[in-house]
Amino acid sequence: MSEKVLMKGNEALAEAAIRCGCTHFFGYPITPQTELSEYMAKQMPKRGGLYLQAESEIAAINMVLGAASAGVRVMTSSSSPGISLKCEGISYLIGSDLPCVIVNMQRGGPGLGGIQPAQSDYFQATRALGHGDGHAIVLAPATVQEVVNTTTLAFDLADIYRTPVMILGDGALGQMMEPIDFAEVPRRQCPAKDWACTGTGMKRPHNIVNSLYIQPEDLERLVEERFERYAKIEAEEALWEEQNTEDTELVLVAYGITARIAKSAMNMAREKGLKVGLVRPITLWPFPKKPLDKLSATAKRFLCVELSMGQMVEDVRLVVNGRAPVDFFGRTGGMLMTPAELLAQIEERMGK
Amino acid sequence: MSATRMMLAGFGGQGILFAGKLLAYAGMLANKNVSWLPSYGPEMRGGTANCAVIVSDEEIGSPLVPAPDVLLALNLPSFEKFEPAVEAGGLIVFDSSLIPQTSQRTDVTVCAVNATSMASDEGLNGLANMIMIGKFLRASGLFDLDTVFRALEKCVPPSKAALLEKNKQAISLGYNA
Amino acid sequence: MAIKRPHALTDVELHYCPGCTHGIVHRLVAEVIDELGIEGKTVGVAPVGCSVFAYNYFNCDMIEAPHGRAPAVATGVKRARPECAVFTYQGDGDLAAIGTAETVHVGARGENITIIFINNAIYGMTGGQMAPTTIANQVTTTTPYGRSLQVNGNPVKVCEMLATLDGTAYAERVSVDCVKNVMAAKKAIKKAFTMQLEGKGLSIVEVLSTCPTNWGLAPNAAMQWLRDNLMPVFPLGVYKDVSKEESK
Repeated sequence: MSEKVLMKGNEALAEAAIRCGCTHFFGYPITPQTELSEYMAKQMPKRGGLYLQAESEIAAINMVLGAASAGVRVMTSSSSPGISLKCEGISYLIGSDLPCVIVNMQRGGPGLGGIQPAQSDYFQATRALGHGDGHAIVLAPATVQEVVNTTTLAFDLADIYRTPVMILGDGALGQMMEPIDFAEVPRRQCPAKDWACTGTGMKRPHNIVNSLYIQPEDLERLVEERFERYAKIEAEEALWEEQNTEDTELVLVAYGITARIAKSAMNMAREKGLKVGLVRPITLWPFPKKPLDKLSATAKRFLCVELSMGQMVEDVRLVVNGRAPVDFFGRTGGMLMTPAELLAQIEERMGK
Repeated sequence: MSATRMMLAGFGGQGILFAGKLLAYAGMLANKNVSWLPSYGPEMRGGTANCAVIVSDEEIGSPLVPAPDVLLALNLPSFEKFEPAVEAGGLIVFDSSLIPQTSQRTDVTVCAVNATSMASDEGLNGLANMIMIGKFLRASGLFDLDTVFRALEKCVPPSKAALLEKNKQAISLGYNA
Repeated sequence: MAIKRPHALTDVELHYCPGCTHGIVHRLVAEVIDELGIEGKTVGVAPVGCSVFAYNYFNCDMIEAPHGRAPAVATGVKRARPECAVFTYQGDGDLAAIGTAETVHVGARGENITIIFINNAIYGMTGGQMAPTTIANQVTTTTPYGRSLQVNGNPVKVCEMLATLDGTAYAERVSVDCVKNVMAAKKAIKKAFTMQLEGKGLSIVEVLSTCPTNWGLAPNAAMQWLRDNLMPVFPLGVYKDVSKEESK
């Protein structure tokens, strides 16, 4: 039996990455993800990998592009303002079909914003990690153990679908410690990287990693092909957790740290006899439409809870599509709601 | 009570985060669910530091502790900030060397311990946090000393093994105070 | 002597304008790769700019980098595959404007890669705008009255700048305006790759080049303009060579 250890989310993520074969990490310091970089700096040299502090977030993501092109498992991490800087590179990674893992431990924004936990980068993560038609898979763990499992899954999905994968956490998840077990992490089968730039060895035609297609016909065809892959990801890779959704009147929808607050509020509501359930998306892109679609037929209303002014709520409304009211409750700027605060919102909406 | 929600608060440098980690580790060794969430920011050194620790039989939802069952306060600003928030029936342990007042609340248990003075008297400088932990364990019975000592062995890095005995000594001192 | 296409060049037809010197430099790089026998372990990084399609022309594995980021991309490749020979091929806007930070820091780190830097003092691909290396009073579409030093500041001297960094092993400025200089340029490029193979650190060869189209000159006149105007501002020569310093 393996022994549980107590680790911070940031450190657990780094350790999980190393354990699943991430050999290269390029970063730039920013609160509140710095422990992740520092863990990599400490561990990578001892374990045959590389930690390199880049001169900027922009350089870091482009080093990721280079290392991913060369076929290794590679990761970078940052927090909100740093991710904005990386978006140029992420767009190129998407356009070049390169696998890599990008971590965003979100903090308040816009601008320099704050350093406390937030979820206000949902739109950026799911809609626009750079210019152009494209997506990255976005995973949103809610516990430190899930951070570990999700990190492993992120590297596997990146390799399987040749796409960047973002782990969207927040300051609280990165900073908090919980017990984790590294032994029980499921793995997927990943294809060989015969497209990588490792030198031809004079044995094959040269490989080109590129996102430039000057003929619009070529680019359209390529983007359409990529979207066929996205359709497969949407069909097969959506992940979510449901609780108390059998008899539910009000469905809470929340991800990451907010889902934990929602869970506490749900339990308090249940104790009061209120039929409250929870849908917690684990993949934000692809957005888990199935459970919400199903519940749209039976639930009286939905309440989306976020640490933002309301971003994921738009995805919920798209799925519910007018079949039930979809309300929103959020805090922003680095503020977190308490379970009691959320319970009051639930009671008000259920007319209690 | 299936869950104990604790707030440990004081100045940066008093070992607040370490004390919280020790309790979380002890909870883990006692096969409970645990979470540890620190305050963080640019004002860590010399500024206020606190961490929220939850030890629970159930899966832990929110890791925040807006209304603690237990408050360990090691300075006046923290005492003033969190004392009113403690749940009725809760426990407040505070360092009376540094906090020149006491709680007026009658619905909570209040324990004063001269932790910082005791630490310097006993040659245990910097271990007021562990004296506080000892006092808390005695007052709450949350974990037995043995569990906490085993947790301590997990929390103190091998390079600082010399500190292990001093930490244990400080915990015992607080326990028996 | 029969002129053969170097193996390290594909048979794709180059898209460069008549009189443009990119073709010469491509050939020199390819000849050096052939002569060193390193095509099978070479990875090239193409820039954004006129030479953006370089990935189609070189027979080695190639990566197309975002504008200015080629040195960072090359860093990622080299750190992942230290056994590979890694080079970037960049123009002046790419290397000395938008990518200045990436350029300086590969020098600072002594990144063991080779940079081929094409300096023709103008943005070619977008149609003749001011470059960071545009010289004083030079007319471009965004300096229609000539580059004003008061408004636009001074041209960036890349070799001089990188030579100050401890991690730069080799920095030489060459030209491809005449046969003699083309031969010297090839020698410099070979030296740069050789120093990388020896693990010496960053090697950069800055090649003074022409852009007849955007300079508004015939190819021969462009060569003369390069000699008359660029060479005085950007003197040819070796700015750093740690192998010389070691043998002293």
